[in-house]
Amino acid sequence: MAVTVTNKKAVRKPEKKRKLTWAVLKSQQQLIWMSVPLTLYIILFAYVPVWGWTMAFQNYKPARSFSQQDWVGFKQFKFLFTDDDFMRVLRNTLGMSIINLVLGFVTAIVLALLLNEIRKVIWKRTVQTISYLPHFLSWVIVTGIVATSLASDGIVNDILMKLHLIKEPILWLSEGKYFWGIVGASHVWKEVGWNTIIYLAAMASIDPALYEAAEMDGANRYRKMLHVTLPGIKSTIVILLIMSIGHILDAGFEVQYLLGNGLVVDWAETIDIFVLKYGIAQGNYSLATAGGIFKTVVSVALLLVANWTAKRLGEERLL
Amino acid sequence: MSMENHQISPQGAAGVTIRKSMRSSKVEPVLFNTINAIFMIFLVVVTLYPFLNTIAVSLNAGNDTIRGGIYLWPRQWTLQNYKAVFASGTIYDAFWISVARTVLSTVLNIFLTTMLSYTLSRKEYVFRKPITVIFVLTMYFSAGLIPGYFLIKDLHLLNSFWVYIFPSMISAFNMIVIRTYIGTIPDSLVESAKIDGAGDFKIFLRIIFPLCTPVLATIALFVAVGAWNSWFDAFLYTSSRQELSTLQYELMKLLSSSMNSNSNPNVAAGVGVNQETAVSMVTPLSIRAAITIVASVPILVVYPFLQKYFVVGLNVGSVKE
Repeated sequence: MAVTVTNKKAVRKPEKKRKLTWAVLKSQQQLIWMSVPLTLYIILFAYVPVWGWTMAFQNYKPARSFSQQDWVGFKQFKFLFTDDDFMRVLRNTLGMSIINLVLGFVTAIVLALLLNEIRKVIWKRTVQTISYLPHFLSWVIVTGIVATSLASDGIVNDILMKLHLIKEPILWLSEGKYFWGIVGASHVWKEVGWNTIIYLAAMASIDPALYEAAEMDGANRYRKMLHVTLPGIKSTIVILLIMSIGHILDAGFEVQYLLGNGLVVDWAETIDIFVLKYGIAQGNYSLATAGGIFKTVVSVALLLVANWTAKRLGEERLL
Repeated sequence: MSMENHQISPQGAAGVTIRKSMRSSKVEPVLFNTINAIFMIFLVVVTLYPFLNTIAVSLNAGNDTIRGGIYLWPRQWTLQNYKAVFASGTIYDAFWISVARTVLSTVLNIFLTTMLSYTLSRKEYVFRKPITVIFVLTMYFSAGLIPGYFLIKDLHLLNSFWVYIFPSMISAFNMIVIRTYIGTIPDSLVESAKIDGAGDFKIFLRIIFPLCTPVLATIALFVAVGAWNSWFDAFLYTSSRQELSTLQYELMKLLSSSMNSNSNPNVAAGVGVNQETAVSMVTPLSIRAAITIVASVPILVVYPFLQKYFVVGLNVGSVKE
């Protein structure tokens, strides 16, 4: 059956395409053995669990079989959008995500511009290597470092006290108003060096003749940065920006989970933590799954919009 | 042959240096360079200080660290913290579980992902398009935490070592990166091997796999870092079996208990550290510092050597289908 259908399609296409016949299958049997089992594997681990989305439309009870479950339609979703708790985690997710996005982009671009101005290759390489280091540390280690640095006797309070900027140590991790900023700063500390790689690669491919021409016109260092380097990496910035829009609901999970505590819970919980809390800890699988579906659906929709935008802007396709 | 090569390469390098120094020989504003240098030093200090401080704390007597004032250099040198870490059976076991899962994940992941990438790089392969689509779509959606948990449960992978390996054997993103790289290898290599009668598996193993070394080095590093650094799967799937715990998960438990109750001596006892040593020399803080160093050093000694390949693995812009 499938064979004939594919055949018809193949005939209709003007380009030369191999017909799906037993002879072809036989001649490609090694390719098939090398790829089809892996495809079945990914279907099992990535596609089969989507079946679990049915839980979001039920009042799921683990003890019952599938046919015995109560179907409740969109009740779980209606509950989500009227639930103060979910609105709060949605606000936190968007807030931290936007802070991370803006801080992440600005710091990486500025650092890449400055690194690009270092003329001595050995210094540039050394600073780059050191700046990559935190990227390879786990969030467990990074949050440990953050917590130590921000403790009442930590290095941050130490320096601020010595500079007489504050009189009493600030309890950074005990107050909700600092939490988003701390998460943003932690992300910058961990990833800023790493995020410069792609910009530096783009800068390396800028035609040196452009710099020479700018110099002839009397442009100094700042003008060259502003009018040659920055436009040279514009398309890279646009692509990365569009791609990150699809991840606007990925404010992170680990850093908030590890740094959060009872005192700042109102500002620390994201959608992922909400799902974990309701699903795994409290056993409300239906509600947690609904939260997860919301996140996936919004992300996919945003990605499609981003991809369409990228195409309209004449950038390379992302999908 | 090799003599000639030796003579050619220094000349080539010299040529590059001359061109670069010509550009830098122009008069440049001193002010800009000074400010830039200060900024870079600031960046290096901010990046390295917390790490160097952790090393200093891990090498300092725990009961002395509490007095404060340890910055970059230990005051009372001791290896007691490290001894305590490795004397504790839990940490020792967790360390080896971490090593095992990292090695196994990386080897399997690299082999299987490259094999798949090779098949999807063959233009004549009849299932090329559908299989590519099936894999690429997995980059854009996820069934989510709860359905994923139920799958693991239904597959009887809960509280099993294999839960660290099976769910993440192939990554679609890495597949695309490797496939793009294979695309740069001349097709005539594969064609001539086929004429010589080699099958696809043999071509993959003998020709393509060795030629992919530069890109595989980066991806192996990324996969290894991911496996070594993860704690969430241990937390979610194997937390009821202590002997399957990983180093990062042990560190995470230690961190969360010490954040909830600062300087609680029972925390050190909690990881199986002898109570006597815990009181005299070792504190939760110093133990944590020692585990942090043990958990980060293996990766930190490797990555600088692979730095030049990073950009290959990150060049998302060149992805096309």
